[in-house]
Amino acid sequence: MEKFTRLEGIVAPLDRANVDTDAIIPKQFLKSIKRSGFGVNLFDAWRFLDHGEPGMDISTRKPNPDFVLNQPRYEGASILLARKNFGCGSSREHAPWALFDYGIKAVIAPSFGEIFYNNSLKNGLLPIVLADSEVDHLFHEVEAFPGFRLMVDLEQQVVATVDGGTVYRFEIDAFRKHCLLNGLDEIGLTLQHADEIKAFEEQHIAQQPWLFT
Amino acid sequence: MPKTLYDKLWDSHLVRSEDDGTSLIYIDRHLVHEVTSPQAFEGLKIAHRKPWRTGSVVATADHNTPTTDWDKGIEDPISRLQVETLDANIREFGAKAYFPFLDKRQGIVHVIGPEQGATLPGMTVVCGDSHTSTHGAFACLAHGIGTSEVEHVLATQCLVQKKMKNMLVEVEGKLGPGVSAKDIALALIGQIGTAGGTGYAIEFGGSAVRGLSMEGRMTLCNMAIEAGARAGMVAVDETTINYLEGRAFAPQGEMWDRAVAYWRTLKSDDGAEFDLVVRLNAPEIKPQITWGTSPEMVIPVDGRIPDPEKERDEVRREGMERALVYMGLEPNMAATDIKIDKVFIGSCTNSRIEDLRAAAQVIKGRHVASNVKLAMVVPGSGPVKDQAEKEGLDRIFSEAGFEWRQPGCSMCLAMNNDRLEPGERCASTSNRNFEGRQGAGGRTHLVSPSMAAGAAIAGHFVDVRSAK
Ligand code: SF4
Repeated sequence: MEKFTRLEGIVAPLDRANVDTDAIIPKQFLKSIKRSGFGVNLFDAWRFLDHGEPGMDISTRKPNPDFVLNQPRYEGASILLARKNFGCGSSREHAPWALFDYGIKAVIAPSFGEIFYNNSLKNGLLPIVLADSEVDHLFHEVEAFPGFRLMVDLEQQVVATVDGGTVYRFEIDAFRKHCLLNGLDEIGLTLQHADEIKAFEEQHIAQQPWLFT
Repeated sequence: MPKTLYDKLWDSHLVRSEDDGTSLIYIDRHLVHEVTSPQAFEGLKIAHRKPWRTGSVVATADHNTPTTDWDKGIEDPISRLQVETLDANIREFGAKAYFPFLDKRQGIVHVIGPEQGATLPGMTVVCGDSHTSTHGAFACLAHGIGTSEVEHVLATQCLVQKKMKNMLVEVEGKLGPGVSAKDIALALIGQIGTAGGTGYAIEFGGSAVRGLSMEGRMTLCNMAIEAGARAGMVAVDETTINYLEGRAFAPQGEMWDRAVAYWRTLKSDDGAEFDLVVRLNAPEIKPQITWGTSPEMVIPVDGRIPDPEKERDEVRREGMERALVYMGLEPNMAATDIKIDKVFIGSCTNSRIEDLRAAAQVIKGRHVASNVKLAMVVPGSGPVKDQAEKEGLDRIFSEAGFEWRQPGCSMCLAMNNDRLEPGERCASTSNRNFEGRQGAGGRTHLVSPSMAAGAAIAGHFVDVRSAK
């Protein structure tokens, strides 16, 4: 996993609640057996006017000029601003893979679908929960100022405007933060406790042997 | 201190926890399917890791498999590659059981687990699929997980988790005729919203829930994720134990007795405290229909499409307006005036034998309306299909003009050929009405099996309570 420490970038506002993972990456792209290459189909049904299928040449597609990521002022955005319950629905990890692959490294929203939230953290994509009113304020700022950028500092757990005028603090689980800051492989960390897992397993077998037949 | 069912399941699987609550919980059953596992197996191989305990793995191919012309195999080459990749991975790594494409016991992963007795009370169950909450009907702690977590569970037999909060959804009283577990689930989501359960494990209780069959309880727990909760569960009672007795992977003989004695303890203690209690009154629940593009956009069958102008919250209002445009509906229209093009009876929510019986009862001796282009029944598994055929349900459906298909996920997510065309409107027994879920531009109305059946016959939604 790539390390996440600090990020400064253009913010793209996606002003919808309950954006589900089907919208983030539609099902026809889940047939891949790889982890990469999903970025070209991020938000496919919203981003393009024609229907997308795997393997299509993106240069022949018809972009939807109204969709936020297609607007020149948000070109190169690395931070997505969203509304409540972002990433709800399906457990597909292809959703954070697609966002990350596209170049989005952080998503700010008042709340997230839980599985999406977890999946993001395991892929170097930082989901940031801010209060409703803070998110509202950021939506106004983004729309008012073309080229609006934010700075995210994971170590300090803050989101700030580049002039430092607005600073919002966010919460993140200490363990997740540690993994993200250091780009750590969670499996390796868990396997450091292999003896404890084995000891638990033995006692579990003794108590509920029918689970192990 | 009195414990909730969730507390008990958590405590009995806790391997270790850090001061901040980050914990490792041990996983008993790992269900695997073709869409969310290839990258996990690949990750294991790249890191030269071995699975911890393949005896916990039960696998099947369901999301991508066709529901017609099985003799032709899987025609779409990319879908076929995914299914073949699963075959190869199971061959290489091993599993307790694998029900591949064409196997008689193949089916939707959340249907076959319980059906084979591979889901047992007291287990922790995971699967790279959000509807894993279904298995909680057996007093399991069942979570949907992402692909990195699939890899993590394969490698370590554990999941990194923080304990969730406890929510009790208590449904008291008797459900009216024609009202089912699906309607309880949709009514609940209408009440608490799609994020209402976020951060909670939901236990469903109350006399209406105890009165449900295991099939109904599975439908209810299945939809917990649509209420935002990663896990839903129901306590063990006689219904649970009767369902499991004699299933292929259920314990037998003396081991069965020991297991049952333990399973009977799997309920919340008297006086256990919940962080949140939500109450529903069963006799007041009417058949439900979703009208929008989120499961919380739901109304009772005798209701009208809501008017965004009456919504004060700006974000909600805009969401409603967008949903109405996408769905091609007008505010204040009666739910029963919505005409449909297709009907889908299937998915891990409503494709079990009881669901098919309920639909068949409405359809028997009648015919699908002429404006309905396609009505299909996709049984949840090979054994469900066999049982239905034994009972003659397939004939009832066929004679009424329904297509009787092979098992799989099918038009629940339309990864195979079963899908809606742009603008088509569907009465569906599945669980998600998101934009494009059943096909790009498709319009989904979530309903119960008998409501879907009633709509197929009438060509528009009808109140199944009075249509009988
Ligand atoms: S039936 Fe639908 S919801 Fe259930 S596992 Fe299959 S795709 Fe997922």
